[in-house]
Amino acid sequence: MALVLAPETPLPTWLTALDAQIERSPSFFDNRPVVLDLAGLPREQPDIEALMEQLETRGIRVIGTEGAHPSWRGVETWGRPLPAGGRATRDVAPPDETARRPPAPEPASAEPSGLLIDHPIRSGQSVVFEKGDVTVIGSVASGAEVIAGGSLHIYGALRGRAIAGFAGNPRARIFCRRLDAELLAIDGVYQVSDDMDASLRGRAVQAWLDGEAMRITALD
Amino acid sequence: MAKVVVVTSGKGGVGKTTSTAALGAALAQSGANVVVVDFDVGLRNLDLVMGAERRVVFDLINVVQGDARLPQALIRDKRIDTLSLLPASQTRDKDALTAEGVQKVIADLREKFDWVICDSPAGIEKGAVMAMRHADIAIVVTNPEVSSVRDSDRIIGLLDSKTEKAENGDRIEKHLLLTRYDPGRAARGEMLKVEDVLEILSIPLLGIIPESEEVLRASNLGSPVTLLNPTSAPARAYIDAAKRLRGEVLDVVVPLERKGFIGRLFGRKVA
Repeated sequence: MALVLAPETPLPTWLTALDAQIERSPSFFDNRPVVLDLAGLPREQPDIEALMEQLETRGIRVIGTEGAHPSWRGVETWGRPLPAGGRATRDVAPPDETARRPPAPEPASAEPSGLLIDHPIRSGQSVVFEKGDVTVIGSVASGAEVIAGGSLHIYGALRGRAIAGFAGNPRARIFCRRLDAELLAIDGVYQVSDDMDASLRGRAVQAWLDGEAMRITALD
Repeated sequence: MAKVVVVTSGKGGVGKTTSTAALGAALAQSGANVVVVDFDVGLRNLDLVMGAERRVVFDLINVVQGDARLPQALIRDKRIDTLSLLPASQTRDKDALTAEGVQKVIADLREKFDWVICDSPAGIEKGAVMAMRHADIAIVVTNPEVSSVRDSDRIIGLLDSKTEKAENGDRIEKHLLLTRYDPGRAARGEMLKVEDVLEILSIPLLGIIPESEEVLRASNLGSPVTLLNPTSAPARAYIDAAKRLRGEVLDVVVPLERKGFIGRLFGRKVA
């Protein structure tokens, strides 16, 4: 990826701003190809050589220009002018410290693809998490639903609807401390309360897919 | 520091208004300055239960819209002078409530009173959300039956998302008030048990109010039950609930069937 620098007049002011930026992030331009967008400069021939020198002393490597006026001379000596209007790279926002820092490690790096909810899910609430597992410390009320791309772990009574593996994951499972669910679904295969074995009601269970059939077994 | 309490339930007819009046009167009897505010715009009842229906001149909507000043709309109770009522409008509907207006009224009430008790309308729409919006404490009124419990659960979800406290990342204090509890039916297994309701809703219990004709009689006579007959079972349950609201630690007594209850009472007196 190349950066685009768009010099503005008056040039000394622009260069001061550039220096300030370089001071904030000293290695920002290291080994990065830079394209100069000259469209912001006045029509009469600017002192391109001097500008070029200024940039070189700052360690900025210009690989091409764009937006230069056809009447300007010397442009060709600045590396390859890019086809007019062909903005080969996108503009880069002024760099700041946060952008420079390596991406911060995810706060919950132990479970990067999990959602943990430490309160009960109330009737009428809907929790949707596509990326992975959902763990609920508490109950899921009648009339509430929890939808996960991965598996569901309910450390409480499951009275509402539990939908696991909804983005097409037949290996997802549903675990709960107490089964009293209105509906269980894994990867589109579902069972409503009436279909469930009455002897499992109120017990700790897991549900998984065995081919196209849902199996529910007690955990204890 | 004034406390703003919302009495809410989701479901209608579970006893929000009765409980607002009874708790408000019980708190006022202990010397605190209390105002009960009727948020049920268009279906107002709190004025009837408080026996003030013939004294309403201005109402909440007049104050919210700036047509009347707060002191003009407040009605002081004739029995307890630390108890006041801010009635709802009967001729308007909930759309007349504005967020800014309600915020202003609650802020003004906070300055004048120790307790601001808001009687929420049933439902989960604008009126109910406005009533809970600025509350510090919520009393969730629930009957021991499945539909009421589920509606209460829904309301608790709203309390945790739509109140000012929740939006600021705080958690609103929530209490369960179990009303119309019938010891006889509970003994015969015709109602949800107290443990079941507590297990489903998982919020602390403020009190259990036994089903009683005394409550109905009090409402029809226009008096909070805690004033009309303070020694009756429901009144004592409300008075205890008010004490818990003030922070006292009291055991919650599960009402038993009348016979057993009286037997136990005598037993205790002799001992």
